[in-house]
Order: sequence, then C-alpha cells, then structure tokens
Amino acid sequence: MKLELRGITKRFGAMVANDNVNLIALPGEIHCLLGENGAGKSTLMNVLYGLYQSDGGEILLDDKVVKFSGPGDAMAAGIGMVHQHFMLIPVFTVAENVILGHEPTKFGGLLDLEAARAKVREVSAKFGFEIDPDAIVGDLPVGVQQRVEIIKALIGDAKVLIFDEPTAVLTPQETDELMAIMKQLRAAGTAIVFITHKLREVQEVADKITVIRLGKVVGEADPKSTANELASMMVGRAVDLDVEKAPAKPGQPTFKVEGLSAWSHAGTKVLDDISFEIHEGEILVIAGVQGNGQTELTEAIIGMHGKTAGSIQLDGRELIGKNVKQVLDLGVGFVPEDRTEDGLVAEFTIAENLMLDRSDRKPFAKGLNIQIEFLKKFASEKLKQFDIRAQGIESKASQLSGGNQQKVVLARELSRELRLLVASQPTRGLDVGSIEFVHEQIVATRDSGIPVLIVATELDEATQLGDRIAVMYKGMIVGIVPSSTPRATLGQMMAGISA
Amino acid sequence: MKRVLKEFTTGNALLSVLAVLASFIVGGILIAISSPEVQTTVTYIGARPADFFQALWNSVFGAYDAMFRGAVFNYKAHDGVQMIKPITETLAYATPITMAGLGLAVAFRSGLFNIGGTGQIIFGAMFAGWVAIYVDLPFYLHFPMAVLAGVIGGGLFGALVGFLKATTGANEVIVTIMFNYIAVLLLSYLLKTPVLQAPGSINPVSLPVHDSAKYWFFMGDQFRVHGGLIAMLIAVVFTWWLLNRSTLGFRFRALGHNPNAAKVAGINIGLTYVLVMGISGALAGLAGTSQVLGTEKFLTLGVAASFGFDAITVALLGRSNPWGVLVAGILFGGLRAGAVTMQANQNVPIDIVLVVQSMIVLFIAAPPLVRAIFRLKESKREVTA
Repeated sequence: MKLELRGITKRFGAMVANDNVNLIALPGEIHCLLGENGAGKSTLMNVLYGLYQSDGGEILLDDKVVKFSGPGDAMAAGIGMVHQHFMLIPVFTVAENVILGHEPTKFGGLLDLEAARAKVREVSAKFGFEIDPDAIVGDLPVGVQQRVEIIKALIGDAKVLIFDEPTAVLTPQETDELMAIMKQLRAAGTAIVFITHKLREVQEVADKITVIRLGKVVGEADPKSTANELASMMVGRAVDLDVEKAPAKPGQPTFKVEGLSAWSHAGTKVLDDISFEIHEGEILVIAGVQGNGQTELTEAIIGMHGKTAGSIQLDGRELIGKNVKQVLDLGVGFVPEDRTEDGLVAEFTIAENLMLDRSDRKPFAKGLNIQIEFLKKFASEKLKQFDIRAQGIESKASQLSGGNQQKVVLARELSRELRLLVASQPTRGLDVGSIEFVHEQIVATRDSGIPVLIVATELDEATQLGDRIAVMYKGMIVGIVPSSTPRATLGQMMAGISA
Repeated sequence: MKRVLKEFTTGNALLSVLAVLASFIVGGILIAISSPEVQTTVTYIGARPADFFQALWNSVFGAYDAMFRGAVFNYKAHDGVQMIKPITETLAYATPITMAGLGLAVAFRSGLFNIGGTGQIIFGAMFAGWVAIYVDLPFYLHFPMAVLAGVIGGGLFGALVGFLKATTGANEVIVTIMFNYIAVLLLSYLLKTPVLQAPGSINPVSLPVHDSAKYWFFMGDQFRVHGGLIAMLIAVVFTWWLLNRSTLGFRFRALGHNPNAAKVAGINIGLTYVLVMGISGALAGLAGTSQVLGTEKFLTLGVAASFGFDAITVALLGRSNPWGVLVAGILFGGLRAGAVTMQANQNVPIDIVLVVQSMIVLFIAAPPLVRAIFRLKESKREVTA
C-alpha cells in the first residue's frame, strides 16, 4: 500500500509544528524521517495515526484521500505504529496484549485466546521472532517487548508500519536485530516509515531520507550521505560530530570506588561489588544499556542511595555515609540524567535555578536574606558565559528548550569549586548544537585537571567522549577498556560478555 | 493533589476576582429564589411582570445592600460610630482569618496541604490564653510573652505534623485533619478541668485574660477591632519576606515545586518539612492569640470559630501570595460581618454567605469553568529559543 502525506500542516496555538509537509512511502521501501528532537517528526506521525487532526493537507492511501478521527481508523486502514514507549500491559501475556482492542471471540462472546495464540505463533514463525505467546510481557527483555509491539501491528494487518524512535531503549545488538527485522518486513512488501535522529541507523537501512527541520521538510537526502552531511542538513549549518579533544594527561587517581554494592528498597542487589578509579584530568565513561545500575551508581556517589556498602573516596575522604549537601560541599558537581525531574525547578527563574544548591551561603545569602543584586549579576554573567538563550535571567526554566535547560544545570554545577564532575547522560534529548557545547564544557573541565565520570547509553558518545570506558551490566562492571575498543566488543560487553 | 495545589498557587489574580464575581452572581440567584416575594410574584408573572422584576430587584439588591451596610459603611446609621462600625467589624473578623490564611499559604507554596488551621489556631489560643490568665506580669512583659506563647503553641503543633511526615512519610492532609480533632477535644477537656476552666463555673469557659496581656484596642472599647490588625499587617510583610526574599523561603518553594531537584541540590527535605509546618502553624497560632487576647478575651470552645477552614479558602483565593491573602482575608471578614446584617434586615439566611464562600472555592478549583463563563483564553506558555 502506498502512503502519501500531502501538504500536512499542524499548529499548536501560534506554533507551527508541521508546515506543509509532503511525504510518500512506497511498499517495500524504508523511508527515514530524520530530524532533531522537536523538529515535528512525532507530531506528523500522530497526525497520520489519527491522534491529532491536521489543520491543512491530506492523507492518501493508494491515492485515495482518507480521514482518520482516531487510531482505530488508522489501524483499520492498515497503518500500524510501533511506539517509542511501548503501549503494552506488563502483566498480560503476549497473546493477550496482541489482541487487545480487537479481541477474537468464540461462541457466547467468550474470549478466544487459542486463536490469539495461533496468530502470535504464525507471525512469529514468519519472521523468526521465537516468541512464546504465553510469556508475561513484563518478564521479557526490552528488545523482545518491542517485537511484541511489531507483532501487534502486523496482526492488525498493517501494510504501512511506523517506527517512532524504536532504538532508544535497545542495546547495540538488539538494534542490529531490529534493523534485520525491518529489512525482512521491507522484503515482504510493507511500507516502513522510520523516525529517528540517529544517523548510523539511517545510513544502514534507509532507501529514502526525508529531513525535517522546525516543522518543514528541508529536503531529501541521499542514503549514501556521510553522517556529517546528514547532521548538517538536520541542523541547518555545518556541524562536526567528532568531539575535539587532546589526549588526556591523567594525574593522580583522586576518585576511587572500591567494592561498592547497593541494594534497592525491595532488597535486591542493584550494584554488585563495583571498583574503579578516575585520575585527575581524565574522563571515565560508564557505558551500558539503561537500567543496569548506572542510576544507582550516581545516586550512591552523591549520597542519595539508601543501602550501600563499600567505599567511595574523593581526595582521600570517604563519601559513603555523607548526605547530599556534604558530598556537594566536598566539590562534587552533579548533572542528573533527568534534568527536568532532578536538575531544575521548572517554575523557578534561571537565576533561582542557578543558586539552587547554594541558596544558604555567601555570596548568595547574607544571614537569611537572599542577595538579589549579587544573584542578578551572577546570573547575567552565567547567561553570557554559557550562551543560555533566553529572554533574560527572569525567564522560567520551563520556558527554555532542553539544550538551554541543560546549560543552566551545567552553569550551576561548573561554577562551583569542583573536585569531581559526575554527569549522567548529559546530552540526552539535546539538539546537535547543544550537544557540541556540552561536550566542549565537559572536555574543558577535564583539561582543568578534574576527574570526570560520565554515564552514557549511546556508544558513539561513550567512545568519543571517554578516555576510558567501563561497561556496566546488571549492576556489575564487565570490564574497563580504552575508548579505542571496537564497537562490536563494547556491544558484547554491554550484553554481559566480558572482553 | 500536587497538581491541584500547583493550580491554586500559580493561577492568576484575574481568575480569583472572576471567581468571586461568579460566586456573587450565583449567590444573587439563590437569594432571589429563596425570597418569598419573588416566589409569590412569579405565580402571576404573566399578568403583572413588573411586580416580579420589582421583587427580584428588591430581594437581590436589598440583600447585597444590607451586606454592604454590614461590612463596609452603614449610610443609614444615625451617628458616626454606628456608620463606621461595619468596616471595623470586617477588619476584626479579617484579622484571624488573614493570619491563619498566611500560615496556610506558606504551607501551600511549599507543596504541603495543611488542613490543620483549626487545630493550630486552638493550640495558639490555649498557650496564649494560659499565659494571659495564669501569669501575672507588667504589660510590657505579659503581652509579648502571651503572644509568643501562642505563636510557639501553634508552631509546635504544626511542626509535629512536619516531623511525622519527615520521619514516617505520613500524609500531611490526613494528619492535620486528625490533629484538628485532637485539638478541639483537648480544648474541650481542659475547659472542663481546673487547668483552664474558671473556678466555680459549670460552663466550659476560662477566666478572662488579664488586661496586661490584651491587644491594644486602639479605637476604644465600643469597637471590636484591636492591635491584632497591626500584628496581621506585620505578618503579611513577614510572609512576603519569607517567601520571596529569604533563603528559607527559597528552599520552601523549591521543595514545593520540585522535591526531587531540591533533594539533588542538597536541601534537607525532612528538616524543611518541619520548618514549613512549624512556621505555618506559628502563623495560625498568631490567629489564635488575636482571638483570645483580643476579640474574645477568654477561652471558649468556639475560640477558633470557622477561621481554620475560612483560612484555607482565603489562602487559595489569594493564590497563596501574602498580599492576595490579605485582600481575600478582608473580603471574607466582610462576608462574615455583612451576613449578620443581611439576615437581620432582609431575612436572608446567613447560609447564603456560606454558599457564596463555597462557590468561590469551587470556581477557583475549576479554572476552566471560570474561563468558560467569562470566555477567557487559556494563558499560553511563552516559549523562547
């Protein structure tokens, strides 16, 4: 089935999320929709899927105009969507999840689970998925859960499949497997729209590339383009994706973690006997698939994790047993992975956010009085120094783009006297320009002789930014290797196989 | 719950004004419906419509006119004292309501839903009352000591809630509601035992407070407004300073808006809970002192009246902004003072005022409703860069 979007326009108030967008997806073709976060990719797909009504333009299936008033219509017309965040019910089995919404019934209106199982087996066999229809979805690995989503779409008889940022939660191996599945589907004649901002994936599978920027199609790209060419098109100016940094000049190992273990509230071990050290002027990247103990490790370092054992030493001083304030006061800078949740107070102004961790001391406070004048001066300086694009220091954090929010967090953390910088996924969800800036700041911090710990889930970031890479899997460190280690090896380590 | 609180503390002032306006309109409709004249004339509206509209106007205008004369200025009175008495009555009622409202505003801005105004007012009144009745000192020591005792009483009772939340994770809404019962029943018990009951009395009433511990009745004894009014204004300025200019208030607001970020920034969450509730309770305790050392002059079961709950509405109506709370507090004082005249002069049930107050809460709690009524557009978020 041929899908065509013609002149789609979608506005939210004064903001134009999609401006006259055209796109054609043909059967047996993978069409990549490439654009930065916030470029309007997801809006476009939500229009297509019937979740939003467009303000202009039309959708055509096999050259016939169709109108979708909801996802139900879209599904009935043969459009399937694999969502970024899975729409699955974890306590249901695979078969139950797959039939949800169009349950087959037998005599008397009873649920016909046997028919559902058979369907799952059929699709699963066709594409070599090896999925047990009776497995509980919550127990399955993320990559397999995604296949359940794909099966769900295929059982609905989808002729057009939309993949919305499908690789964000996958290991490199799982990503490779997904790419293989997409190629298989292509061979079977499905039209695929693949939404992503990851250039490597685009280069691997795309037959056609449409680049979208600020809601507008900026053009089609040749699938053989280089990563830098694609990125430049996506951002609208020349970019250099490589992190520029001189070789590290490591000094003393001032940050040492020894035999660190931690337990969750429920009592399960989330960190298992972790040991590593970081030298002054060195970046150590903790690589691994999300959810393998990285969050707990950073929490343990800054004193937010409850049950811990072992030792974390900075400049010879023990951090375990200290509270967050004491740890920060010893010179630990912390960039949390979720900046809106843990890094900023959205309703506070930029200035207020900049003094969040030092509101109780000089020069920000004198006695109980906030030093407004000093704060204004300080905030204006940081605004300039960190190139925070905002109307002024009184702009609220919630009004800033992700990149500018992260700059506020960095400005706050880097303007203290640091002895260690811990940054968790510091470029998550940022646009290319901001990523460059954040990377520069981190490298500059390293070059000033501070040990830096970065948590990264994307291999490219790990290898480019890190001087050494420690790979985590299930709460353990699989190995610590130089950043020149081949991707394949790192990928295996992320799956728990030590090098 | 958190989202509701956020809506209350960040919504704009215009919505508050419109909510009040809408409530008065609903109140007017109810006054008309409940008026016997309107009910009679409507039966022959076809024959003599003028009668009906005359009755309608008389009932609604008459009621609100009476309210104005009871709350602001009685232009029908014969002497000056009686003419300005209404506004002083309004201020007398507004004093404790605003003080307690400020306390609740501090808690709301910090993300804590303090429903314990009543209990904290009672504790303030009990502490202040005890010092004012049983301690004998010259006024320059006695009065400050009594007020301080009340502030400490309310503060401790509030801080205890914060302590329970910090150590056990107890929900402050439930704890404060239960603490209201504890305070009411404890007061009731103490007023029947020699601890507070007036010797020889069979009623649950204390001895009157010593003159040396009373607020200053600066307009003389024929008016009920007293020095608590000055204390209230000081409290407004203090609360403004606390929330907007002090490091403590900065941490309170950080906690209120985003406890996670506050924690990551090294703010001691547990201690902050205790401080927030302590200050919130202290301001409610101040309201208690205004009652026992001012308006009432002795302790009774009704010392907190309905001020604890009025204060919640006032804090919400004032968007938890100290100046907004002041305006809302005076409005509520006026509603209370005016209701009495309205009932006496126009036979309008005092409950109409309660309905108006409740409608205000309802309209504030449902901004989309107010927007729909007044055809306002939803305020859009400004996006930069």
